[in-house]
Amino acid sequence: MTAKTLYEKIWDSHVVYAEPGKPSLIYIDRHLIHEGTSPQAFAGLRAEGRKVRRPDLTFAVMDHSVPTTDRTLPILDMDAKAQFDALATNCAETGVRLFDMNSKNQGIVHIIGPELGITQPGQTVVCGDSHTSTHGAFGTLAFGIGTSEVEHVLATQCLVQGKSKTLHLVVNGKRRKGVTAKDIILAIIGKIGIGGGTGHVAEYAGEAIRDLSMDGRMTVCNMSIEGGARAGMVAPDETTFAYLEGRPFVPRGKEFQEAVARWKQLRSDEDARFDMIVELQAETIAPQVTWGTNPGMVTGVTDRVPDPGSFHNPDDQKATERALHYMGLKAGTPITDIPVDRVFIGSCTNSRLDDLRAAAHFVAGKHVAKNIKQALVVPGSRGIKAAAEKEGLDKIFSQAGFEWRDAGCSMCIGMNADVLPPQERSASTSNRNFEGRQGRDSRTHLVSPVMAAAAAIAGHFVDVREFDVAPVE
Amino acid sequence: MKPFSTHSGLVLPLDRVNVDTDQMVPKQFLKALTRQGFGRILFYDWRYKLPSEAPNPDFILNWPEYQGASVLLTRANFGCGSSREHAPWAIGDYGFRVILAPSYADIFYNNCFKNGILPAILKDSEVDELFRRAEADRTYRLHVDLPHQTIRDDQGLEYAFEIAPSRKEVLLKGLDDIGTTLQHVTTIDAYEKSHAGTATMYAPVDVKYYG
Repeated sequence: MTAKTLYEKIWDSHVVYAEPGKPSLIYIDRHLIHEGTSPQAFAGLRAEGRKVRRPDLTFAVMDHSVPTTDRTLPILDMDAKAQFDALATNCAETGVRLFDMNSKNQGIVHIIGPELGITQPGQTVVCGDSHTSTHGAFGTLAFGIGTSEVEHVLATQCLVQGKSKTLHLVVNGKRRKGVTAKDIILAIIGKIGIGGGTGHVAEYAGEAIRDLSMDGRMTVCNMSIEGGARAGMVAPDETTFAYLEGRPFVPRGKEFQEAVARWKQLRSDEDARFDMIVELQAETIAPQVTWGTNPGMVTGVTDRVPDPGSFHNPDDQKATERALHYMGLKAGTPITDIPVDRVFIGSCTNSRLDDLRAAAHFVAGKHVAKNIKQALVVPGSRGIKAAAEKEGLDKIFSQAGFEWRDAGCSMCIGMNADVLPPQERSASTSNRNFEGRQGRDSRTHLVSPVMAAAAAIAGHFVDVREFDVAPVE
Repeated sequence: MKPFSTHSGLVLPLDRVNVDTDQMVPKQFLKALTRQGFGRILFYDWRYKLPSEAPNPDFILNWPEYQGASVLLTRANFGCGSSREHAPWAIGDYGFRVILAPSYADIFYNNCFKNGILPAILKDSEVDELFRRAEADRTYRLHVDLPHQTIRDDQGLEYAFEIAPSRKEVLLKGLDDIGTTLQHVTTIDAYEKSHAGTATMYAPVDVKYYG
């Protein structure tokens, strides 16, 4: 029997129909939808008189445009409200389970899937959102799709897909104190470039990945798409099984034990071949800060803003020049000299309990710097919010001068009122620093939760390794 | 979907690498309920000054000589970032039918085919040459022939481009993917039956969590 990668195993078990030389029809186990990319899909179904094939395997949540302030107040954004209403109607009519903005289980779609145990190893999971790659942390084949494909999955519970190439991303060794999952994935993207993984499904492996909690693995897989890989995955292990046990949608008792036995088979065979292999050494990874307008424009916190002339490729030179102009940065500026206006701790990348704990540990007993106009903490879900409050994290943040908000996508994408104003600079734990991402003409620096917390306290980026940071788990 | 066979049109050279879908359709326009009308907001932040929404004269889409352009020439990794299909909706609604670039991000590439847009892949050197020609002559036109997988100009230059046969068929016939898949409905039924007992098909239990 030929040796297979994890991706190939999941792929093979999901092929419904295949013809040589053509894309295959693959089965989708879990379909997650949100208000932003689903209304046109439901409208398309309706226009053709088609039904949702498996409402029981479809889960809906409101996350992209929800307010993170008091939800008992009326929604003033009429366009957002129309989308919330459309999602509620579409779910009610088709029997799809909806976590609306007042549900206890509401949160960012990629947070609640794993948190509720909807996401499980070996599944195929899709969502009309590129950060669906997050779910790959469970040994799941999970990727983002467009609205036409959302409609296709609603109607058929299948997708027409060509097989991807495979990319083995091996991070050996142990990361240093103050270096997080976010720094690992930013360092990977810095190395392979934002198109480096295009056409590939990534599998993360190596000691530094194994050492990560599920929260950390989700952070890594989340940003696979920022390296061009549509999906990223980690083979499930004891850490995965321990995380899943007891979650609402996970089977229990004997059924759980049987599931674990099956999930243990989900790993790349020893001699499986990958189309591309990239290796990194965790000890060499410093806390990362992006300086430009895509996630590959990143460097260590002790480095300087690069000179466009230092790039060989003329396209890169032009892009760097443009990025520095947009970011209002001068080449050669030490990263630690860059002042910050606002801090955002949140998003499907970094809003889980581990992230909030690490940030809270840093800010406990301190206060945000005078130049910080706003410091936001937006838990990824109401479940995480409740758990954090049980530990008193909300008080730590509030006393340090942070605003403690309700769950949603918030300032990562700025579709609600949480927008970064023009020319203002953020330290953000989110995933994209594209032009205008957090608000028109705003300037985003992507960092880990610890770095964001440190930037809030110092008013600029600092080398968090010099401070008391939570120990590496 | 509108079938695609051949197309001739004015070339607009957008000389930037890694153009992400946030630039094509900024977030505030993702609150729509329909697929229509996105052409007006294509490249919104680059194209308009705020708050007046006056056209930004520095941005190539606003140059008078490029009005009516229908072939978008651009650089590597076009369409990276967000999966928003609003991006190809905007490109198509604006009037582009063909994109020429050395590479595309996966999700964007896929989305183009759902909307009758041909994203042709050319070699770096070919894209360089097309940029030279299009920037030297602002009336530069290209003739795209999908059945033969070629593009040519009026000066006799001709390049072949790559496309998977299945993708080509979708565009040529303007196929409805869902309709095609539904022809396999008995196979899907059978798959569901035979996989009902595996870990991938657990029925939800309840949603009580964190009290």
